[in-house]
Amino acid sequence: MITTFLIDSLDRRGRVVVALLVALALLVPAGNLLVPEGSAFHVSTYQLTLCGKYLTYALLALSVDLVWGYCGILSLGHGAFFALGGYAMGMYLMRQIGSRGVYADPVLPDFMVFLNWKELPWFWQGFDMAWYAFLMVALVPGVLAFLFGWLSFRSRVTGVYLSIITQALTYALLLAFFRNDMGFGGNNGLTDFKDILGFPIQAPGTRAALFSASALMLALGFVVASAVVRSKLGKVLIAIRDAESRTRFIGYRVEHYKLFVWTLSAAMAGIAGALYVPQVGIINPSEFDPAASIEAVIWVAVGGRGTLVGPLIGAVAVNFGKTWFTGVLPEVWLYALGALFVVVTLFLPRGIVGLWETVVTGRSKPAKEPDEAGEKAGEAA
Amino acid sequence: MTGKAEGSLLYLDDVSVSFDGFRAINRLSLVLEPGEMRAIIGPNGAGKTTMMDIITGKTRPDTGDVLFDGSVDLTRLDEAAIANLGIGRKFQKPTVFESHSVEDNIALALKGRRGALAALFHRRSAAEQGRIDALLATIRLSDKRDLLAARLSHGQKQWLEIGMLLAQEPRLLLVDEPAAGMTDAETAETAILLKEIAKTQSVVVVEHDMTFVRALGVKVTVLHEGSVLAEGSLDAVSANPKVIEVYLGR
Ligand SMILES: Nc1ncnc2c1ncn2[C@@H]1O[C@H](COP(=O)(O)OP(=O)(O)OP(=O)(O)O)[C@@H](O)[C@H]1O
Ligand SMILES: [Mg+2]
Repeated sequence: MITTFLIDSLDRRGRVVVALLVALALLVPAGNLLVPEGSAFHVSTYQLTLCGKYLTYALLALSVDLVWGYCGILSLGHGAFFALGGYAMGMYLMRQIGSRGVYADPVLPDFMVFLNWKELPWFWQGFDMAWYAFLMVALVPGVLAFLFGWLSFRSRVTGVYLSIITQALTYALLLAFFRNDMGFGGNNGLTDFKDILGFPIQAPGTRAALFSASALMLALGFVVASAVVRSKLGKVLIAIRDAESRTRFIGYRVEHYKLFVWTLSAAMAGIAGALYVPQVGIINPSEFDPAASIEAVIWVAVGGRGTLVGPLIGAVAVNFGKTWFTGVLPEVWLYALGALFVVVTLFLPRGIVGLWETVVTGRSKPAKEPDEAGEKAGEAA
Repeated sequence: MTGKAEGSLLYLDDVSVSFDGFRAINRLSLVLEPGEMRAIIGPNGAGKTTMMDIITGKTRPDTGDVLFDGSVDLTRLDEAAIANLGIGRKFQKPTVFESHSVEDNIALALKGRRGALAALFHRRSAAEQGRIDALLATIRLSDKRDLLAARLSHGQKQWLEIGMLLAQEPRLLLVDEPAAGMTDAETAETAILLKEIAKTQSVVVVEHDMTFVRALGVKVTVLHEGSVLAEGSLDAVSANPKVIEVYLGR
């Protein structure tokens, strides 16, 4: 049942996206490992890792689109779920270091030895096992999102108020993770990783594999997200986005639907964070920065909210711009980003994808955009 | 209290609700028999919409009993639970799901399981499709089934919303100003449609349009300042001096 459900879920555009991602998963690593350095088709390890990072951002953007684009929940705290997934992966990578740390303690990570801790805190138990850690990557953000959503959706917190408390959530976690006694390495976070699943984390082969894993995970995330939004549940989500109380009067328990998509989305963001960490080599509290969550919303707006494909394009395009700007004109980047957001909000309500549809096919989907939510993003940013 | 409500479909007794000290509904009592159609009229601000809000769980009354089917206490249930009991509602301002097609609007309203997981794995059955097609024909939107609801005219949206209401197969329909914004011809057709519906279901219609109310030919309740001012046939209430005063004295 699940497989037919997933296969049926892709429209033509969706199949193209998945095919492209699978091709990327094969070709980019090949360009890095097999094509000799002089060739025009060679992909440097730097480029490979950079693109891998973009793919994890794309997965984060996809998760934001699920809740914002399809259910009207403007989350300004999705970075928190991304970071929690990243920390879960970081904890696994820390424990993989074993006795190769500076203090050579076989169990305790360096920062714990430095803090004079004698034994591993309970919440670090089990993270030496890959299966457990990988489960936690999705489970921890998922459970937190479930609790958060259960409380807020049940009390019918919506709109700007919900957006503000999602910001508060990520800000609270930022402050908490900065503290050394939380047991997550404080301000330095977790870093100096050595191995993943027994493979040296810096080795070209491992990096290529991490890239492929990111591309394939994004493809899988895309298939799942398509299945969800194209199902009847997805139609109910859109109904909630457009007319929440109407949906209640037809007999749908709106909070259950929101809770489902919110939790799914958080787990997806967690997986994105987990793939991000081994590629960048560090996870620290700055990932909880409220600004990071707002940036993710901007990627979605730029690419095209409520289109699934758009957020992927937006995440890659905006981050490409960011990398370029921070190389050439670092002071200008934030202004450029702000200006981009304003332009998109004012002139491209459906982002790049909307523009594409208008230009290429000559028809713009006249989907009524909940303008109100766009304004909220503007206010909060 | 249950004794008095016995045999009724909808039973409101001594219901009051205040917003910031303003009594929008004031000791309102109203009884609807199974199968009955009732028209509710009254000047703007009389509390007609607020009464529907109370019945459907949107607004909690401060005091009073609201019973469905003689015994089910509606004041303890939320909107979804009340809808699933079989009380459907059409809003004063037509609210359809604008970014869904006309057909999907009906499909979403179609009676069936409302759980999230059931919806995730739902496949539309032939029976459901048949029901959707029939409803689209009833509301004369068959040829517009693939159009986004946002593209419909005001009158068509009203009809779509009536179609959604029918799709839920409710036992009681609460219809708030169905003829607003309609042409005379559409208004007449709407009256015919509602009378057709009333053969099998109970209906409460709020309407300002007296020609429409007359066309329905049912018992009329006049609301004023949150309570019942008069009840009876349209001719009887129109002749009632209190009613004349309320309508002319404004
Ligand atoms: N949620 C609310 N908060 C404050 N006041 C309200 C609320 N709902 C209704 N009212 C007030 O209660 C009164 C009754 O309003 P209601 O909408 O029920 O009138 P109505 O009979 O439906 O009028 P109309 O014919 O204009 O639709 C009005 O004065 C309205 O302003
Ligand atoms: Mg009203």
